[in-house]
Amino acid sequence: MKFLSTRRRHPLAGLIVLGLALVMMGAFYSAFRPAAAGQSGSDTALIAQGRKLFVVSCSTCHGLNGEGTLDKGGNQNGPSLVGVGAAAVDFQVGTGRMPLAAPGTQAAARHPVYSPQEVRALAAYIATLGPGPSIPAANDYGTAGLSAEEIAQGGEFFRTNCTACHNYAGKGGALPSGRYAPSLTGVDPRYIYEAMVTGPQSMPIFSDAVLKPQEKRQIIAYLQTLESQPAYGGSQLGSLGPVTEGLWSWLAGIGVLVLATVWISNNGARARKKSHE
Amino acid sequence: MSEMTPAGGPHSANGHGSSSQHDAVGPTVEPIPNPGLPEHAPRPTDVDPAMERRAERQVAGMFIAATVMALAFCVCYFTVGFDSTMFGYGMQNLTLGVTLGLSLLLIGLGANHWARKLMADQELIEHRHPLASSTEDRDAALLAFRTGAAESGFGRRTLVRNSMLGALAMLGLPAVVLLRDLGPLPGNVLAHTVWRKGVRIVNDVAGTPIRPGDIELGQLVNAEPASFFPSVGANGQTIPAQYEGIQLNDEKAKAAVIVVRMQPEDIHPSKSHASWGYEGILCFSKICTHVGCPISLWEHTTHHVLCPCHQSTFDLGQDAKVLFGPAARALPQLPIGVDSEGFLIAMHDFYEPVGPSYWERG
Repeated sequence: MKFLSTRRRHPLAGLIVLGLALVMMGAFYSAFRPAAAGQSGSDTALIAQGRKLFVVSCSTCHGLNGEGTLDKGGNQNGPSLVGVGAAAVDFQVGTGRMPLAAPGTQAAARHPVYSPQEVRALAAYIATLGPGPSIPAANDYGTAGLSAEEIAQGGEFFRTNCTACHNYAGKGGALPSGRYAPSLTGVDPRYIYEAMVTGPQSMPIFSDAVLKPQEKRQIIAYLQTLESQPAYGGSQLGSLGPVTEGLWSWLAGIGVLVLATVWISNNGARARKKSHE
Repeated sequence: MSEMTPAGGPHSANGHGSSSQHDAVGPTVEPIPNPGLPEHAPRPTDVDPAMERRAERQVAGMFIAATVMALAFCVCYFTVGFDSTMFGYGMQNLTLGVTLGLSLLLIGLGANHWARKLMADQELIEHRHPLASSTEDRDAALLAFRTGAAESGFGRRTLVRNSMLGALAMLGLPAVVLLRDLGPLPGNVLAHTVWRKGVRIVNDVAGTPIRPGDIELGQLVNAEPASFFPSVGANGQTIPAQYEGIQLNDEKAKAAVIVVRMQPEDIHPSKSHASWGYEGILCFSKICTHVGCPISLWEHTTHHVLCPCHQSTFDLGQDAKVLFGPAARALPQLPIGVDSEGFLIAMHDFYEPVGPSYWERG
């Protein structure tokens, strides 16, 4: 120790201590850092983490091995997750629809329970159950470089395939038995893409083999164009069509006219009150 | 007539020669006494010259403001660009609407204010006229008609009368001949579509042919016949679409279909429809049988298709029979198969007319 203590005032002592501290920090970091996604070496760890998360919060309905469960009446409690693919997990858990807070007609989007890293872990685990659509890469759903013609054609695809449920402006709509098609306004393009590929809940699947990835990008670009367009026709009243527009014109429009007519035919102020009888 | 004329009212004269009749009936008795007009109460503008001048200025102010708004409309029309926006609204429509609307509104408000504050303000009574003419007038009219009928000999000269009626009736014939040329009768076009054996089923908008393997369980494809889209010939040349323009729209309105894939055990077809699907892939008309809305609202969990117009619901697992709503018939099904290159094709036209029912169909 005398060797160290006599040289503690050495001009290089500070630098050496600093270097040692950095090496120790690096060692600590590599020992304790969370498993990063996308690294081939950590896939096993990621799947193991996903399996743990799955058993804790998904297996009640989907079964301990994702095989799905039935309730007492023989109805489906949670569907089988074999072959739904990582994209379905990323959509359902990433938008907060799963884990389901309570059984109901339809799972609603809410604040996600799991962090993006945990979603990736769950997705990696479910993807091992059977082949299914994987999480799309950013350039699958990115809309950069699409021409105006391609976006306009995206509108045609949208009107042909999507508007029946999601409304002409993508504002969503009602389905039988209390189910509904959610609004597409402000939804992350990745989730729109994943919904088309996986067909969550009542939604049909629009596979890449029929509706090509390029055509899906065109649809997403058209939706973004719709959102960024100013309201040239004035207030859109939620873009819900004849329901809100009719309500507005009948209640507000006709109502104001009736009130104005009553006011006009009213006698108004008089200098001297009428003396009846 | 008598109840229309208030007895003892200050303006009871009706001036239509009925006073003599009135006298004949005798004095009328009203069920309740006529209260007469209430005492006239003047308006502030009638008694206060300052208020009157103020109202005058208000009315003129509204008219002047309306003039300014009309001018502002013209200025906005030329200065506000189509692309400019304000609060997320298109600036041009907003400014044009606000200025023109305010101009019209201010003219109306000014006219109303003028009438209420400044125009003459006395209560007036205008009595209703009796609805019937006097007996003398009616007798004179009848006499004139009978004299005319007798003098024309309409009832006596039957040859002249009948030949004239015949000539008038024959005038309907030229009208029928002209109207006939408005267009050919529909014939059997309602009963047939462009689907034929061998016509490929292609994805709508893109026109790409579909292989059965492309369609996953729970998938929905909005499809059309390949003849609506250009195709590539054997030598690589582009063959234009067989239909275009109005004809394309007419045919497309009938030929649109939806293709879905279900678990084969979820499909319970009747005997006649048993061979119309292909490995769980079924193809149905996209035109609702109620009033013809395009219907593609498919829930893959229940296999139901719902029409967004009037909520008619069809079960695709049971030959698209009607489960709910105003539709009377099941959706027509298109029998499908696969061609030598492995693409989905129609095996026949629809066996029944697509779309809403019509008279001849029953």
